[in-house]
Amino acid sequence: MSKTWLDLWVGLFVVAGIGALLFLALKVGSMSSVRMADSYQVSAHFDNIGGLKVRAPVKSAGVVVGRVSAISFDDKTYEAEVVLSLDKRYAFPKDTSAAILTSGLLGEQYVGLEAGADSVKLANGDRLSLTQSAVVLENLIGQFLFSKAQEGAPNETAQ
Amino acid sequence: MIKPLQAIARLGHHALASMSRIGLATRFFLATLLRSGVAFRRFNLTIRETYFAGVLSLIIILVSGLFVGMVLGLQGYETLQTYGSESALGVLVALSLVRELGPVVAALLFASRAGSAITAEIGLMKATEQLAAMEMMAVDPIARVVAPRFWAGVISMPLLAALFSAMGIFGGYLVGVVLIGVDEGSFWSQMQAQVDFQEDILNGVIKSVVFGVAVTAIALFEGYDAPPTAEGVSRATTRTVVTSSLAILALDFVLTAFMFRGVG
Repeated sequence: MSKTWLDLWVGLFVVAGIGALLFLALKVGSMSSVRMADSYQVSAHFDNIGGLKVRAPVKSAGVVVGRVSAISFDDKTYEAEVVLSLDKRYAFPKDTSAAILTSGLLGEQYVGLEAGADSVKLANGDRLSLTQSAVVLENLIGQFLFSKAQEGAPNETAQ
Repeated sequence: MIKPLQAIARLGHHALASMSRIGLATRFFLATLLRSGVAFRRFNLTIRETYFAGVLSLIIILVSGLFVGMVLGLQGYETLQTYGSESALGVLVALSLVRELGPVVAALLFASRAGSAITAEIGLMKATEQLAAMEMMAVDPIARVVAPRFWAGVISMPLLAALFSAMGIFGGYLVGVVLIGVDEGSFWSQMQAQVDFQEDILNGVIKSVVFGVAVTAIALFEGYDAPPTAEGVSRATTRTVVTSSLAILALDFVLTAFMFRGVG
């Protein structure tokens, strides 16, 4: 095989390989960790975060506007402190509320932001004061059983 | 000598022999790295070997990738649909290919397709005293023969693994979306939401580079160390495939334990 053909084949091979890598990077993967550079941090305290994980999406009106960047426990208030990295392109009012929601019945948990009406916008390092904790299935079932038992209780005494 | 002592002596002999082989392999590997200047100065040598190791492995890599992805699509759909979450098929196919199957299966195929060829070629060069003839002409066989093949393997492996993964995802798409009818939008969007560039794709590339170094180094050493007989070369070729397959699987476990431990 002549040298130019060999060079051409190897060149095609390298181009195809790099093309496959680009396909993986752009079409298959999200460049989320690269895009994170342009963001501002906001913290929120929750009574219970359920199964929320670091890197979970932060959504507002269903659109991903940021990611959860850190989760820690505050032993002064016994609450969970969640740090949210929000995209710089989106500004939110200062009285925005955060809730931990679940996508689908068995889906992953995410933080939902509900915009408020304040004219002052959130800045880096601000704290969201209005929060709503995750729904823990066991507590829900417990409450349901408790209320059922209370319904049944008067009947039993009547007998 | 009494029997038990003989057994212990044999054990000691084997231990010494295997230790000295490991030492030889390490020195050979270091010598290859130190004398690889020629592989870059006369880059057409490396390009030639990349053609034999990489381009000629393309067919088997692409076809296997396609079939592995198609099987993943079928099996994944069967399991996921019992939980009503067949829209996660894209995530399943992409993550298993990019993290594990792409680098590992491509490296196993590379070891049996290109590694064995490298061992047989160098073993035969040694058996027919071509390497000795080079030394007589003051040409360093490690710089001229071994180093270009080493770098060709290291360059080819990540590219082959990436092509394998891309082809596999295409195979999963063919079976999942075109054949079975999973929603195309959720197939791609869930995949993009769950697959991270650094966490998954970059780690897969690092894995395949490590496998490339391991497979090529083992193949070169086995060929260079083969007894210069027909039987010796055939045994060395077998040993290359066995040893490098085991090395790939063991290294994969170690790398996975380091890379993905903290990721939920």
